[in-house]
Amino acid sequence: MRLLLLLGAALSLAALLAALVSLVWTPYDITAMAIAERLQPPSPAHWLGTDHFGRDIGAMLMAGARTSIAVALVAVGIGMGAGVPLGLLAAASRGSLIDEAVMRLNDLVFAFPSLVIAILITAVFGPSALNAILAIGIFNIPVFARVTRGAALSLWTLDFIRAAEVAGKGPARISFEHILPNVANLLIVQGTIQFSLGILAEAGLSYVGLGAQPPTASWGRMLAEAQTMVTLAPHVAIFPGLAIVLTVLGLNLLGDGLRDHLDPRLRRIR
Amino acid sequence: MTLLSVRGLSLSIDATPILTGVSFDIAPGETFGLVGESGSGKSMTALGVMGLLPRGAVASGEVRFAGENLLSLPERRLTELRGNEIGMIFQEPMTALNPMQTIGDQVAETLLIHRAATRSEARAAARDRLARVGLPGERFPLSLYPHELSGGQRQRVAIAMAIALRPKLLIADEPTTALDVTTQAQILDLLKRLTAEESMALMLITHDLAVVAGMATHVAVMQRGRIVEDGATRTVFRTRAHDYTRKLFAASGHRPARVARPRPETLLEVEEAVREYVLPRPSAFAPHPRLRAVDGVSLTIRRGESLGLVGESGCGKSTLTRAILGLDPIQSGRVRLGGAEVTAGRTMPRALRARMQVVFQDPYGSFNPRHRVGLLVAEPFHLTGTPKDASDRIAAALEEVGLKASDMTKYIHEFSGGQRQRIAIARALIIRPDLIVLDEAVSALDVRVRAQVLDLLARLQQSHGLAYLFVSHDLSVVRAVTDRVLVMRSGRIVEEGGTEAVFTRPSHPYTRQLVAATPVIPANW
Repeated sequence: MRLLLLLGAALSLAALLAALVSLVWTPYDITAMAIAERLQPPSPAHWLGTDHFGRDIGAMLMAGARTSIAVALVAVGIGMGAGVPLGLLAAASRGSLIDEAVMRLNDLVFAFPSLVIAILITAVFGPSALNAILAIGIFNIPVFARVTRGAALSLWTLDFIRAAEVAGKGPARISFEHILPNVANLLIVQGTIQFSLGILAEAGLSYVGLGAQPPTASWGRMLAEAQTMVTLAPHVAIFPGLAIVLTVLGLNLLGDGLRDHLDPRLRRIR
Repeated sequence: MTLLSVRGLSLSIDATPILTGVSFDIAPGETFGLVGESGSGKSMTALGVMGLLPRGAVASGEVRFAGENLLSLPERRLTELRGNEIGMIFQEPMTALNPMQTIGDQVAETLLIHRAATRSEARAAARDRLARVGLPGERFPLSLYPHELSGGQRQRVAIAMAIALRPKLLIADEPTTALDVTTQAQILDLLKRLTAEESMALMLITHDLAVVAGMATHVAVMQRGRIVEDGATRTVFRTRAHDYTRKLFAASGHRPARVARPRPETLLEVEEAVREYVLPRPSAFAPHPRLRAVDGVSLTIRRGESLGLVGESGCGKSTLTRAILGLDPIQSGRVRLGGAEVTAGRTMPRALRARMQVVFQDPYGSFNPRHRVGLLVAEPFHLTGTPKDASDRIAAALEEVGLKASDMTKYIHEFSGGQRQRIAIARALIIRPDLIVLDEAVSALDVRVRAQVLDLLARLQQSHGLAYLFVSHDLSVVRAVTDRVLVMRSGRIVEEGGTEAVFTRPSHPYTRQLVAATPVIPANW
């Protein structure tokens, strides 16, 4: 299990590193076309080959990692930023109308197929990375709200919360001082998993042309552009596909591993 | 002739020795008591006998049951024995049953697994077994689910499951610890009757010497994985040859030296307090039924006084306690502390709140595991404002309860249950309140640790002039540390008076029932 956690961490770190390095350096300029060199298979000059415009696929993947990670990160940020306080609020006012309202609103968001709504949002407001972020982020809110509320509810029954009440602390203070640190583990794990789903969602939106627009590189759009050429030059589709699969796999392994690692009850079970 | 013969049973988990050379015999039909404090290896001995050891456990020695050495039997033969020849019941009746299955199915299941009985035969047998444990068919149909039963009734179902196949040996691991005294008395009676009528041997594991005194013919005292003393119960209880046995006895009957010094002025006054809960409608158009958890309770506590509040679970003790602490509103009546009205929530002034503190039962749930002890103990400063010498005050409070000032940088998981209760007392003490509510504060502790904590409470009461409201279901503890006592039942106070007077000459039938149900070691032993 430890091995899988390390593998997950390594894969996630590789994606992050690629994104960070691409900010200052990529092996080739991804905006420069070289039609003469198009659709070349992997070679010493172009390790991962070139696409139909003759751009280096390695460089495109690095720049694409930046887009994917940025979109997923902000989306998870929106989800946590709004979802966690909502979950804490619902748990603090458990059983009341506020709790009911928050949770039913969550159900409402949950009831819509997320990708379809994301497509709707980007279709109405125009395709862009920003709209993709918003669309993915909104669907992260109920996930975090539910996880937070569920964990917080059981904490509210414990005596140390009673002791804090006896010490005159109000629900808001108790939520942030006592509840939040004790649900943080869960949130980290859920965050990693939502992060990987965010990357998938961004790739999906870009694939249908509603995500990041050219010339911003995106794994999803690379796949979309490659699909007509799969039989001619399979590497053009394989490498972005691999990048998505490995990054998502890495993040999921990391999330699972972290959960086992952070939860002392699971630590002994092998 | 012996039924179970354990010889030199040693056990270690990950190279840590848990049991060392445990030996004892149980004759057919005999009741054998195994007593000791938590962590002494009692339960591990039982699991060793059942072959249910945790992973990584290495056992040596011999466990002979009806001639076969259980330690060398293959798992298949062991599963045949379990349930069939050896039954087991556990402490927690709430989790011992599957909430998704009816009680009939659960009892019948044991029969179906072990015998090729048909479904209808198994159900008929289950009916019969449930009737044997005091759950007759007309009131307790097989189709009931565990949540429809009380704790004592669930424990009866667990016993019915364990004895479904008429095993020769029943292992009962703290079977009544989670139950109220009157329920405990009923379950112990039931076990006594079953062992006599079915000539079944019983291995009774408990921390309660008085329970063993009333049940077992033969007893072994365990400490740190060894049996330090064993023999006929009466002899062991009389001679107390081993030092540890003596200490256990001293601790379980321990009464802290205290002089009642209540001053005349009233500190807390509860007048006709009523707290009602609205329950869900039983059917779509029926009115909401109401439950009066606290039904017109009045009480007073004087400064420096110890008041006991006893009653069984569900009698309204906790609701009343929450109202007194200003955590829950009451619907009518009033609670006054030092003349000022206690109200629930934000409206209650901090200075008033600062005059009361509380210590809870569960030493494990009482602290935020992510905070250091210093921060935990300092929490009540929220009421008074953190003083300049806060860290000196924290150090002093820790030292007062017998811990070290350096403990404030540690996390709570580094402390034992008894130490945690001391930290809880330090937390209550730090803002120097007038009243401390002790909500089952020593119930979860072992007898010797309990004796120490009671001593500490008595000492602090003398030195700080504290008043205690001692809420407990344990009559012997309340008797040892309080001046006056209130007996609560179904939301009402049914009897009130000086502690000794109430316990020696109870006037209300319910109090008499409580006192009679409390197990005691016979005085002439």
